[in-house]
Amino acid sequence: MTKGNVAITVERCKGCAFCVEFCPTKVLALSPAFNSKGYHPPHVVAPEKCNGCDLCGMFCPDFAIHGWREKKA
Amino acid sequence: MSELVSLHENPTEQFLRTDRMPHIWCPGCGIGTTVNCFTRALLDSNANLDKVSVVSGIGCSGRVAGYLNLDSFHTTHGRAIPFATGLKLARPDLDVVVYSGDGDLFAIGGNHFIHAARRNVDIKVICVNNLVYAMTGGQTAPTTPGDALTSTSPYGTFEPSFNLPQLAEAAGAVYVARWTTYHVRQLAKSMFEMFNKKGFAFIEVLSPCPTLYQRRNKMGDGMETLRQYKELSKRKDGASTSEVGLTRDGEIVVGKFVDRDRPDYATLMKAHYQHTMGDKYVETGAIICQ
Ligand SMILES: Cc1ncc(C[n+]2csc(CCOP(=O)(O)OP(=O)(O)O)c2C)c(N)n1
Ligand code: SF4
Ligand code: SF4
Ligand code: SF4
Ligand SMILES: [Mg+2]
Repeated sequence: MTKGNVAITVERCKGCAFCVEFCPTKVLALSPAFNSKGYHPPHVVAPEKCNGCDLCGMFCPDFAIHGWREKKA
Repeated sequence: MSELVSLHENPTEQFLRTDRMPHIWCPGCGIGTTVNCFTRALLDSNANLDKVSVVSGIGCSGRVAGYLNLDSFHTTHGRAIPFATGLKLARPDLDVVVYSGDGDLFAIGGNHFIHAARRNVDIKVICVNNLVYAMTGGQTAPTTPGDALTSTSPYGTFEPSFNLPQLAEAAGAVYVARWTTYHVRQLAKSMFEMFNKKGFAFIEVLSPCPTLYQRRNKMGDGMETLRQYKELSKRKDGASTSEVGLTRDGEIVVGKFVDRDRPDYATLMKAHYQHTMGDKYVETGAIICQ
């Protein structure tokens, strides 16, 4: 069984929302909170839907998010 | 706000000079996206990272060399290709990648581009094409499509623009592809293919400059541009490069257009000198500075 994980470095984010838009399973949304530069970083709204595909990580121009799969034997 | 703690590292992280983060690129700029594709292609290629070197010219795109934790060189404006040519000839053991902008590679550096392609120098050229000189304020570039507004053409451009894949093919490149920053997986795969290609290989990546191109042309932000790329792109592998020219709002033909083989510059040089000089010709091998 494979499960997906996603990690966000909120302080690097510039709020472009590419990750939110292009996540194929709609795991993310922009948070109403601000980071210290005043951007709205993404937060995870549907963790169970993450398949670890890392499309968020490939799109993110600020290297602020990535996804990965945990392989279970 | 606290940062999420993760035991798993972003695949791009190991390639970054993290002391220089955050980078200067604007929100929604596409250059960072191309870097993600590049780092994943490097990981897939199992390349010896001590033997990969990245050369950039000047511009927003040219800053890639300064952010990558590889042997990288940020050369003067337009001169990434001559620098890379010298590097590859002196150190044939290195994989030499030129990573720069449309203005750097095709305006001030255009002459170097066509001659390196003609000679089939074994270097890999990635052009981040945002259709303007972004770093200096959004001036018209040789790639700016007709009618687009720029800081130097407030009534729109009227000059015909370069069709980069056609230029690369005509000059002699052995590998030519075009993608946009919407096509992240395809771009990473293309970069991977390019590493395995001997000779002058070229990838054009269309990339948003929301700050200076899209905004002035009322085309929205980075996200709006990615949606446009998605809508307007049509994949046509093997398309005739004479038919892939870009317009301001028209179809964007993407894909791999050229994949062919011919002897590269170093191979030709060696064969020629062996033929003309016989035993007198001695290869020096890599030139290592002490
Ligand atoms: C010899 C010289 N001429 C002009 C400049 C000013 N200059 C800096 S970057 C640039 C254009 C960059 O355009 P491009 O390569 O498309 O990069 P972008 O910023 O769009 O990514 C120019 C003209 C310079 N630095 N050096
Ligand atoms: S893609 Fe990156 S910079 Fe853009 S909103 Fe997501 S985490 Fe932030
Ligand atoms: S790893 Fe894939 S599924 Fe998970 S959040 Fe990122 S894009 Fe969505
Ligand atoms: S000016 Fe344009 S190309 Fe330069 S960092 Fe900003 S968005 Fe990117
Ligand atoms: Mg440019």
